[in-house]
Parts: sequence; C-alpha cells; structure tokens
Amino acid sequence: MVGEAVSSREVILSRLRAAASDGAGAPVPVPRDYRREGTVDLDLLVRRLTDYRAHVHRVPEAAVADTVAGILPASATVVVPPGLPSAWLPQTVTALPDDGLDNQQIAAADGVVTAAAVAIAETGTVVLDGSPDQGRRVLTLLPDLHICVVRAAQVVAGVPQALTRLAPHRPLTWISGPSATSDIELNRVEGVHGPRTLHLILLP
Amino acid sequence: MVTRTFLGIPATAPAGVGHLRGEESFPVAARRALGDAQLRRNLGHATTTIRAKSAGVIAEVPDWQALRAAGSAIKTDVLARLPELLEQLEARVTAAGGVVHWAADANEANAIVVDLVRATGSDRVIKVKSMVTQEIGLNEALEAAGIAPVETDLAELIVQLGEDRPSHILVPAIHRNRAEIREIFLRAMPGVDPGLTDEPVVLAAAARRFLRQTFLSTSVAVSGANFAVAQTGTLAVVESEGNGRMCLTLPQTLITVMGVEKVVPTWRDLEVFLQLLPRASTGERMNPYTSMWTGVTPGDGPQAFHLVLLDNGRSAVLADEVGRQALHCIRCSACLNVCPVYERTGGHAYGSVYPGPIGAVLSPQLTGVADNASLPYASSLCGACYDACPVKINIPELLVHLRDQVPHPRGESAAMAAAAYAMDHPALYAAAQRAARLSRLTGRRGRGLPPPLSGWTASRDLPEAPAETFRQWWAKR
Repeated sequence: MVGEAVSSREVILSRLRAAASDGAGAPVPVPRDYRREGTVDLDLLVRRLTDYRAHVHRVPEAAVADTVAGILPASATVVVPPGLPSAWLPQTVTALPDDGLDNQQIAAADGVVTAAAVAIAETGTVVLDGSPDQGRRVLTLLPDLHICVVRAAQVVAGVPQALTRLAPHRPLTWISGPSATSDIELNRVEGVHGPRTLHLILLP
Repeated sequence: MVTRTFLGIPATAPAGVGHLRGEESFPVAARRALGDAQLRRNLGHATTTIRAKSAGVIAEVPDWQALRAAGSAIKTDVLARLPELLEQLEARVTAAGGVVHWAADANEANAIVVDLVRATGSDRVIKVKSMVTQEIGLNEALEAAGIAPVETDLAELIVQLGEDRPSHILVPAIHRNRAEIREIFLRAMPGVDPGLTDEPVVLAAAARRFLRQTFLSTSVAVSGANFAVAQTGTLAVVESEGNGRMCLTLPQTLITVMGVEKVVPTWRDLEVFLQLLPRASTGERMNPYTSMWTGVTPGDGPQAFHLVLLDNGRSAVLADEVGRQALHCIRCSACLNVCPVYERTGGHAYGSVYPGPIGAVLSPQLTGVADNASLPYASSLCGACYDACPVKINIPELLVHLRDQVPHPRGESAAMAAAAYAMDHPALYAAAQRAARLSRLTGRRGRGLPPPLSGWTASRDLPEAPAETFRQWWAKR
C-alpha cells in the first residue's frame, strides 16, 4: 500500500524523540531533601480544618451517633454508604442506604455520613478512597452537608505520608474544607457546588 | 516510506485554530489596557491579595526550597524521557479501562473530542476549567459541530456569560470586580434572582443554582489534567468549587485533554507537586478538592474514559535546549501575580490564552517566535517571576533567549552595518562624532529622533552628545 497511514501516536513520539535527542533519555536524579517524616499533631489538624470553616468534633467512638444527632435536625434524611458502622447513626435521622440510589435521591438528602481513608494534619485534608464505609464519589458530592468520621490512627503529618497510605487505583477525593471559590477578587468564599458544610468527627 | 523522513520534525502549533496568537502586538494592546482605570484597580486589588496569601502559607513550609528543587528536577527528568513515560501512561490507562488518543495539533484534538461527543448522542458537554482546551479552541469547535459547551468553573462561567476572554490562568475573570460580575449575571444568567446582590457568597450561590440541573442532566464532561502518573495511569485534577468533582463523577463519559508535558513518572512525585501547587497558586495549604482516578471504576463515576494526549507545539518547545524549561510549568499563575507588567496591563494584552511572564515565554515557543514576536519584550526582566516559580523556571533567561530569536527589522540591521563600517574606518568615525556634536545645536536631551528612528526614542532618552569628543580632548594634551 502506498503511503500507509502514519498514526498521530507515531508522529508525536518520533517528534518528541527528535526534540530531546540531546538528553539521550537518561533519567535525571531528583533530590528529595524535603520532609518525608513527621510527628502527627492532631491539634494542628483541628486548627487547619477550622481555619477553612470546617466544624470539628473530638469525641469518643461511642458518642458519634449523638454528635451526628446534634448536627442534623430530627427526621433529616442521610445518605449512608454500604459499609458504614450502623452504631454511628442516631435513631432520629432517616437513613438512605446506598443500594443504588439515583442522583436525584442523593441530591435531595439533607446530608451524608462517611468514614475516611486518611487525614493530613499539615494541610487540613481528609481523603476518601471509595471503600465500603465511604462509598461512591457521588454520595459525598450532591448533599449539601458532609459528616466525615476520622480515627486518630488515620491521621498523618503531611502529604508524602498520605500518598504512601493510599492506593492509586482507587478513585480518590481529597477534601480540604467545604466547597469554596477564590474567583471573585481572589477572596476565598465557602459554598459553590460541593457540600457547603463539612463536619469532621475526630475519634481518639 | 517517504513520510517517515519528515516524521520526527518537531512542529509548532498551527495558526487559524485556538487562542495562542493575539490580533495585535503587546505594546498596542497594553497601551489600551493601561488606559482602563477600573481594570487596573481590579488587578491591583486581586494580585495584592493573592501575593499576601501565598507568601503567608509558603512561609509555613520550612522545606519550600527543597520542594522547588525536587519539582524542577522531576520536570527535567520528564522532559528527558517523555516518549517512554507517555507509552507507559498509555499502557496503564488502557489496562484500567480507559482509551488513549494522540493529537498532533489543535485541529486533530478538536476533531477527536467532537467525534467522541457525537458518538454519545449528547448535544451538550459540561467542562472543568482547563487551559489546554482554551489553547486549542475546543469550545468553538464544539459549537461549530452543534454541541453546547458549558463552562462550570465560576470564573470561566463569568467569562462565558460575559462573552469575554480569560485574562488569568487561575482566575480567568480576575479583571472583573464583584459589581461587574453581578451585572453580567443579571444580564446573561437565565432564571437569576433579579434581587441579586454583589456579595461573593450570593454570587457563588447563584452559580450553584444555575448549574445544578445541568450537572445532573449532562452525560458527557470534558476536563484537562493537572498531573498524569505514568507508573499507575492515575489522572489528577485540582480544584476548589466542586464543579470539577461534578464533571468527573456524574456523566457517563469523561474526556480528558492534556498536554504531553503533564505526565509525571511516579505516584510518589505527586507528594512534591501537591505541596507546591496550592500554596503557589491560590495561596492555600491545600485546595478544597483534588480528584484522582485511574481508568474506569465499575459502579463509580464515568464508565467511559478517554484521554487525549496533545502535542500542539510542545515538541518544538522541547527541541530548544534553553526554551524547554517552559514545559515545566504547572499552571499555578504565581508569576502573573508578582509581575509588575501583568499587574498593570492584565492578561488580555498578551493576546494568547497564556498571559503573564510564563505566557511571554511559552506562547512564542508554541507558535514559533515570529507569530508572537512582541511577547519576549513584555517584561522588565526584574526577575520576580523566577523567584515565585514553584518549579524554578528561569523566565528572565528565557525572555532574553527568545529576544535573540525575534526577527529584527531590516532598518535596524542596515543601521548596525553602517555603524560597524564607520567604526572600522577612523576618519569616518571622527566625522560621525563631529556630526553627533552638531546635534547639540539642534536638539536637547530627551528630544526624540526623527522618523524612522523615532520608534527607538519613543520610550528612551537620547543621550546628549558631549561638547568635546575624547579624541579632541586627547589631541589637546
């Protein structure tokens, strides 16, 4: 065949090879002199979260349900991921277990309660990884209020330690405070498309 | 095969598509922008705010310089072995259920995305803010194909509703203040509350109401990517509002367009960039939301994922040993926020979708210097951008490097040749010096030269010729 079609893949790769031919494709050493260890400071996590207008509650595990009851009004509907410990939910709320809820049902709920995979003290971040006690990503996106329960053992000092604990193939959502924007005069304002209220319940 | 000979020649971005070239030169556009007092007030306020915020959170990190050094080295490594990393990324994304497409330029990328959207049957896409889709003019291509692109980032929405152009990498509507944004919403946002105030919280809530149903009813999203990990096939998008999460989670089909330079080698490399980017960019310890996904996750999020890898001039940038460091850029916009030129002219004056110091070095390289010849001069070379850059791009060095490549006007080389000839011939040189002395009789310091040399003296003082030349003084001794 005359002029067999050359794929754009081949074109781009050969362009890039020609362009960087002086570098010879050898890996460049990366100095990693930055902090990769650190002590976990739970008070720092609380300060960072509070600074970004998240509400933090430090209670023992037995008090989670009462804390949730204090946040949500009686008869509120709450989206519940399939693996959430049932002891965390108070009798006062109506649970909507995610057995395939559609988006409208999730959006109409008053809130969602989840666990977390990791929390980062230095940046005030919680990371969800889609485990059964956290559920699908959409569960924590459409309701306007998110209650996230974190155990002290899940808290790490900084970003490097968090990445070593996370599995890359899982869908990950890093959350640092409620939804916000800096798009109007570069001032941070809370509350655009994601949950406008974030509560973190920190267990010992 | 004949074409193979030409296969490997790095190419610049084609003209006639996308937004890398302005319609007028920087000095012309800048002069007009400088006359807009409202624009200068808005920019001065916004850049002052962000500089203070960013400096505060950077000061909290004791190892900031070590992180910068690591970030710079990782990007140097990426550029040294891009083909290998891209092939690895392709393999991992494919293994995780994604489909990888390669686009040599803007036209090809737009065609790929239009075809993918058409195949879904949708006549609308929701978009996460993305520089690269602005670069290639994807919205125009979608509209020409009868597909409505809906920008969901607040600032992009302000720009889209205002039929405006983005003027900042991070905050495309930075040139608008709250009162102007309120006016745009009242004029162009269907169903908006006529009692809308100009409080930022109220304006943000209006955008939330306006877009909510669109998020829930659109089956295709288009995004860019901040990072793509070759080792794992993981894509990352960093955002604030949750519009990114909506686009990356709700639709059935997700199409991500990324420049080839966005790949990073390993999962561990994210530990560097996720510390550098938010602090340098929005001045936060961490941005509110970061989403990471690898191919398709059954039962969670889009079940069809397409990744479009784009060259569009990047291979040409890579071919320049000095210039290639512009490809380190992680689009944080710190260099814009500290630039005395950007602060006064705003982003539109740069013509390209990439404004400010990084735009002044990236745009001319992507298009070829001749097509953006005024941009390497859109700087005072003060160096604030280099200090602010979280991946240590030496922008002043690049500006000077590119100035060398700008085609010089023929009159200038004729004048230089004449000067060289005169300096080679002592009698002629002495005569020229006497002539220069005569100019004391006709003009005073500060006066301009007559045309065609007036361009030179429009913004420079002409040095006064001395009453006596050195040779005359020496001859008297």
